[in-house]
Amino acid sequence: MFKKIRLKIGKEHAQRALKVAVLGNPNSGKSTLFNALTGLNQQTGNYPGVTVEKHTGDALIRNDKSGETVYVTYIDLPGTYSIYPKTLDEEVCFKVICDSTNEDHPDAAIIVADATNLRRSLFLATQIIDLGMPCIFVMNMMDIAKVRGVSVDVEMLSNLLGVPVVAANARKKHGVDTIKQLLAQGLEKPKKEFIDIKNYAPAEFVQTVQGMFSGKSAYWAYQLINNEAGITHFDILPSQKIDIKRLIKSTGFEKHKIQSDETIARYKSINEIVKETVKIDEEEKRKSLSSRLDAILTHKVWGYAIFLVVLFVIFQSIFLIAKYPMDGIEFLFIKISEFGQANLPKGELSALLINGILAGLSGVVVFVPQIMLLFAFIAILEDTGYMARVSFIMDRLMRPLGLNGRSVIPRMSGMACAVPAILGTRTISNWKERLITIMVTPLMSCSARLPVYTLLISLVIPSNHNYGYFNMQGLVLMGMYLIGFLAAISAAFVMKSLIKVREKSHFIMELPLYHIPKFSTIGLTIYQKAKIFLFDAGKVIIAISVILWVMASHGPSGKFDKIEQAYHNADTVMKYSATQIDTKIASEKLKESYAGLAGKWIEPVIRPLGFDWKIGIALITSFAAREVFVGTMATLYSADAGDNTLSIREKMKTAVNPDTGKPEYTVAVGFSLMLFYAFAMQCMSTLAVVYRETKNIKWPIIQFLYMGAMAYLASLLVYSLAK
Amino acid sequence: MAAEICSLDKLKPGESGIITSFNDEENALKFMEMGCTPGEKVKMDSFAPLGDPVAILVSGYKLSLRRTEARLINVQRL
Repeated sequence: MFKKIRLKIGKEHAQRALKVAVLGNPNSGKSTLFNALTGLNQQTGNYPGVTVEKHTGDALIRNDKSGETVYVTYIDLPGTYSIYPKTLDEEVCFKVICDSTNEDHPDAAIIVADATNLRRSLFLATQIIDLGMPCIFVMNMMDIAKVRGVSVDVEMLSNLLGVPVVAANARKKHGVDTIKQLLAQGLEKPKKEFIDIKNYAPAEFVQTVQGMFSGKSAYWAYQLINNEAGITHFDILPSQKIDIKRLIKSTGFEKHKIQSDETIARYKSINEIVKETVKIDEEEKRKSLSSRLDAILTHKVWGYAIFLVVLFVIFQSIFLIAKYPMDGIEFLFIKISEFGQANLPKGELSALLINGILAGLSGVVVFVPQIMLLFAFIAILEDTGYMARVSFIMDRLMRPLGLNGRSVIPRMSGMACAVPAILGTRTISNWKERLITIMVTPLMSCSARLPVYTLLISLVIPSNHNYGYFNMQGLVLMGMYLIGFLAAISAAFVMKSLIKVREKSHFIMELPLYHIPKFSTIGLTIYQKAKIFLFDAGKVIIAISVILWVMASHGPSGKFDKIEQAYHNADTVMKYSATQIDTKIASEKLKESYAGLAGKWIEPVIRPLGFDWKIGIALITSFAAREVFVGTMATLYSADAGDNTLSIREKMKTAVNPDTGKPEYTVAVGFSLMLFYAFAMQCMSTLAVVYRETKNIKWPIIQFLYMGAMAYLASLLVYSLAK
Repeated sequence: MAAEICSLDKLKPGESGIITSFNDEENALKFMEMGCTPGEKVKMDSFAPLGDPVAILVSGYKLSLRRTEARLINVQRL
């Protein structure tokens, strides 16, 4: 439905098509410029084979002089400091820029620089220029640079760089039109090379490789040699690959030495450029404001206190504020399904539509408020620069767990719901740390476990039992949350040594100046995240909920008819009211359904945990969402008013174990069941999101198995001890 | 005293030094890309509340790194 709202841009009307990469250092305002260039005409996806998010956007531009129209596809590349790839993000960047067979390989590049930190930006820029890529150098955040007393001689800089230079402020869209006109007029290859790489790398070798390809710079040839071993899927002809490999061996190519020689030489020439073009007044107001903020926000006491408050606000919002729109969505879907039930012809197709697909859709849409809220907060924290400080003060605490400070926010929001939390792990740039966070977050007690805990605690713990001032039921509930938290920490600790990745973990990170957040950027993030969830994870969730619905509402042929017949005779009609008959039929049908049969089938496996087949059925149906446990139990025990906890509790309390003749729900069973729900991966929405975020079916499967094993063992242990 | 060379992690907040060399080739590149080139002035800005990581001021901006990483950078104390 979002696709229809999107403006249609007539690619067919354009006289020329152009692919432009937007690249730059992290925190350079690269994405803000990208947003200003493309507006809402954006697509989000992943680069093939890796879980690096890919943003592309289209726009039609017009050359003001010739009137020619150009259809531009912009690619927002991940932030990078250099063309030498060290992280997955940088590798993506390298491949796109250097591999001309790559589907995203651009015709030109826009290099976005932070005007307040020109030297570091020029490092990347001159590398791109040396590659021979036509480009525009955009000095972004000129407003901040001005406040800080930095002035740049744009014309001189353009002469020295040999490429067009634009002073811009993407937040206010200053300079954006100039960039568009430059693109429309067409860019030429850079006029000069900064570093003659042949001074540092074996000259003959570089020349030989350069000769293998047409129209490439010496620096490009050097990068190709340099990354021959490291970068996979860099497509050059196999014969050329073999030649290069052979040459690397015979020439004694000293990779690290060449790289560091080049880096030093490059900074030397950059220093000269900066000396000639940049003037800095010593007055640095903004910076000192940032410093003063840092003194508070990274303070020993206040730093943590403020972070706790921030966490508390995020958590409370996801937990409490999101409840209202969520209730609204549920109410709306109930109304739609009631309307459907009243107006659609009775039959299998209508049932599938209403109870299967519509219910599944409701289960997807209901997550959207939480996702939007969490991302609103994350985007604000990122955009203001506070997120980097969170990493700074939490790094030491999280390091023993193999995690980064950034994982604290997704982890804590996992206490409301794992689905937005896992989507939120995108802020963790290190893949291993992100993976560990994804794998352990579902162990945090989410809000869907609460109804299960409440029901079971009220069932097996007497409410009048107090320890001093503390209510026993409350203590047990708190204990369950604590167990989830400790389990998540322990699992992270174990996974730290089990998961191997080739990406190196380091913590060399810029602490950017504080900014006032830009609300259109935040809005766009929220919109994109909701869209990704609805269309990517949503498909899987709806598919599984339809399967679960079929299992719970269908049984082997003939069985359901017999149940109907058994209850629709004179005897029962005399004895029970119409609603009582309906609930009894529903209960019998569930027992005879495929889900019911599966529950009975798994009974031998779950018997050692103290679970009977009825719990078995509930375990299967609550795969849709954990709180479905309560509803399933209500149906199985023919509880009267659907979701009324009190009524189910009474029914379950009087349930008798046919083997022992004693109550079915003993303290041992209650605790065993609660632990099972604490650990088991019983949430298809989470699994769907894990699959979406890791792009590998392996990880949701491992997660399902390891959490299942933990749940089984914990329940087994507790039941055996407490029995 | 003026020519004392030590690793960057030895500097206290407020103290400055000039980068002279690196103890690790691979990380050296990362540092240099981030603007920490030999000859560049660095100032220790602050320590994180638990003493690690540390924040330094280099080529006009603030950079945070772990102590183990700071140990790889040699500076001449100013």
